[in-house]
Amino acid sequence: MPLDLYLNVAVSGVLTGLVYGLMALGLSVIFGVVRVVNFAHGEMMTVAMYIAVTLFSTLHLDPLVMLVPIAVVLFAFGYVLQAGLINPFINRPEHSQFLLLVGVAIIIVNGLLIIFGPSSQNVQVAYAFDSFQVGPLIIDATKAYAAVAAVAVSAALFIFFRSTMLGTSIRACADNYTGALVVGLNVKRLYALTFALGAACVGAAGPMLLLIFDVTPAAGPAYTLLAFVIVITGGLGSMPGALVGGVLIGLTEAIAGLVFTPSAKSMFAFAILVLVLLFRPQGIMGKRAA
Amino acid sequence: MKKKSQSKAALTRRSFSTGLGAAGIVAGTAPFNIVRAQGAALKVGVLLPRSGYQASIGQDCQRGVDVSAGILKDLGLPSLQIMNADTETNVDVARSRAEKLISDGAQLLVGAFDSGQTSAIAQVAEQKGIPLVINIAAAPPITEQGYKFVFRNFPTGVMILRDAFLNQKEIFQITGSAPKTAVMLHVNDTYGTSIQKGMAAMFPKFDMPYQILQEIAYDPTARDLSVEVAKAKATGAEAFIAVSRLNDAILLTRELIKQRWTPMAVLAIGPGWYEDQYLKTLGKLSDGPISLVPWFDPNKKLSKVLEAALAKAYPGVGMSTNHVYTFEALLVAADAYKRAGSADPKALADAIRTTNITNNVSPGPGIMFDAKGQNDKLKGSAIQNRGGKLVTLAPKEAADAKPEWPLKPYDKRG
Repeated sequence: MPLDLYLNVAVSGVLTGLVYGLMALGLSVIFGVVRVVNFAHGEMMTVAMYIAVTLFSTLHLDPLVMLVPIAVVLFAFGYVLQAGLINPFINRPEHSQFLLLVGVAIIIVNGLLIIFGPSSQNVQVAYAFDSFQVGPLIIDATKAYAAVAAVAVSAALFIFFRSTMLGTSIRACADNYTGALVVGLNVKRLYALTFALGAACVGAAGPMLLLIFDVTPAAGPAYTLLAFVIVITGGLGSMPGALVGGVLIGLTEAIAGLVFTPSAKSMFAFAILVLVLLFRPQGIMGKRAA
Repeated sequence: MKKKSQSKAALTRRSFSTGLGAAGIVAGTAPFNIVRAQGAALKVGVLLPRSGYQASIGQDCQRGVDVSAGILKDLGLPSLQIMNADTETNVDVARSRAEKLISDGAQLLVGAFDSGQTSAIAQVAEQKGIPLVINIAAAPPITEQGYKFVFRNFPTGVMILRDAFLNQKEIFQITGSAPKTAVMLHVNDTYGTSIQKGMAAMFPKFDMPYQILQEIAYDPTARDLSVEVAKAKATGAEAFIAVSRLNDAILLTRELIKQRWTPMAVLAIGPGWYEDQYLKTLGKLSDGPISLVPWFDPNKKLSKVLEAALAKAYPGVGMSTNHVYTFEALLVAADAYKRAGSADPKALADAIRTTNITNNVSPGPGIMFDAKGQNDKLKGSAIQNRGGKLVTLAPKEAADAKPEWPLKPYDKRG
């Protein structure tokens, strides 16, 4: 097979992987601080995708333009969900948290099925069929725009956590819960804000992913699983790890589909997960437990 | 006292005469009783997947049922009482629904789109001795079991592939051009792999002008087909053969456009590329693909009648395989009922066996069944997307347009 074919597929995989990374970043943020594994993560992203579909079909609003408002909506949803439902479960056994969030996921999937039906939906933006030619490379325009947006949102999140007082406070809660309480931080509110930020990440990732893939209610669980694979590969609780994991998984799926058979793409992503769990269980960029 | 003695009389001349007269009336009007029984509508159980992942197809087939009553009446055929049932896209449910319909009085069954579900229903129909007229199901074994009560007015997979090859050759002859190489992308479920295997087995027999360079399988639930199309493009093949469904047909087309590849032809075997949703979603970009599928003969009178009825009942819905073959199954039922003069299942089955309907919709000489219950005279068609509509290119006797060939480049469609 010609080299430009590998290059094209690799670039496509990296671009898709960056969006996956943003999706997984939200999961990593939530777990890193709140220590709750959000088993409704992918389902929340499909909610964002359907909001984008609805805004496009009714008001012809481009998903990339509506990225911030949709992220704000998911932010609010995440805040209310954490403060109202998840907070009491933080100190309960993990299986209780798991069941709660799986229940939330099932409600979301079936709610979307009732409202939107089972058929897949997409958006036909003006640039849906565009591509850029750079030498032998043909780059899908929608993937390129989505990847740039994903990098921008991720950068904004990094800056928030590193350079703002609120971000520093959230990191303090993650590093030392008791210490945060002692210095007077409102930990419950910070947890809710963190969950909301994680939800905002999928709120932003959803419209981006909609440019690349169609959405169905049944896609939620698959995205949740994908987010877990990425986060565990990259390192649970590590924000850079989520992005690296996303790119690695996106690239693996693309190259595996090319070299082997496209219908076995996911197998290689899970193979990487198994290898990471065997040889580096904390993930590529995660910190080993003390 | 007198009254009591009268009431105890065993048989009087009056009562004997009355009884004799009554018997004579019954005997004399017996033929009229049979006519009155035939005047009653035939109870037809229609089994379709109305929920589950085949729901949209089942609901589309139902449109063929909904418009049939008026047309059958205009043809002078007896009326049918439709009893609907949902197979839920599940083989076990299909079997139990068939049994329930029969126990509720269905005198004939029609269904069920999917080969697996239809096979299950066929077993029930044969066991209970109730005729089944299959609307759509391509698996060859269904009519190879020696069943006496199962009839299929739809081409088998082998017939579909045979006509796919023959129609391609007819198109190559008309256009004076043929691809030398092709790449095949197929969905990797039961349907896709059976078509792929069938093609591999039959390809050498038809002396096609092209060589298939590569066969690429993909998951029916795949969200992204960019790698698959990139691989296909890298083969350098002139033609693109697709065995897909609606969602993947749309995804594949998008990738063809994004990756700047316009093959000489897109030849689709199966659904997707000609469906209303494909045409509506892609607009001008949907023009050109040729689908090699069971279809209708647009030149037949009854096709125009059915098309008009569908357009009136369901504006915006193009007539397709689902409507045509479901309607024809009911046509077979009504025709058999009229000729049998009875709703007796054996009489109905015998009447169906001698069906000879030439005023029909599907291509070929008409509806007639061989000893196995298969209409082996059916012909598949080659249809092409043209300006949001579908035209028939082959077979010659069912054609209403010449092929647009080669495929117009996607980047030159405005």
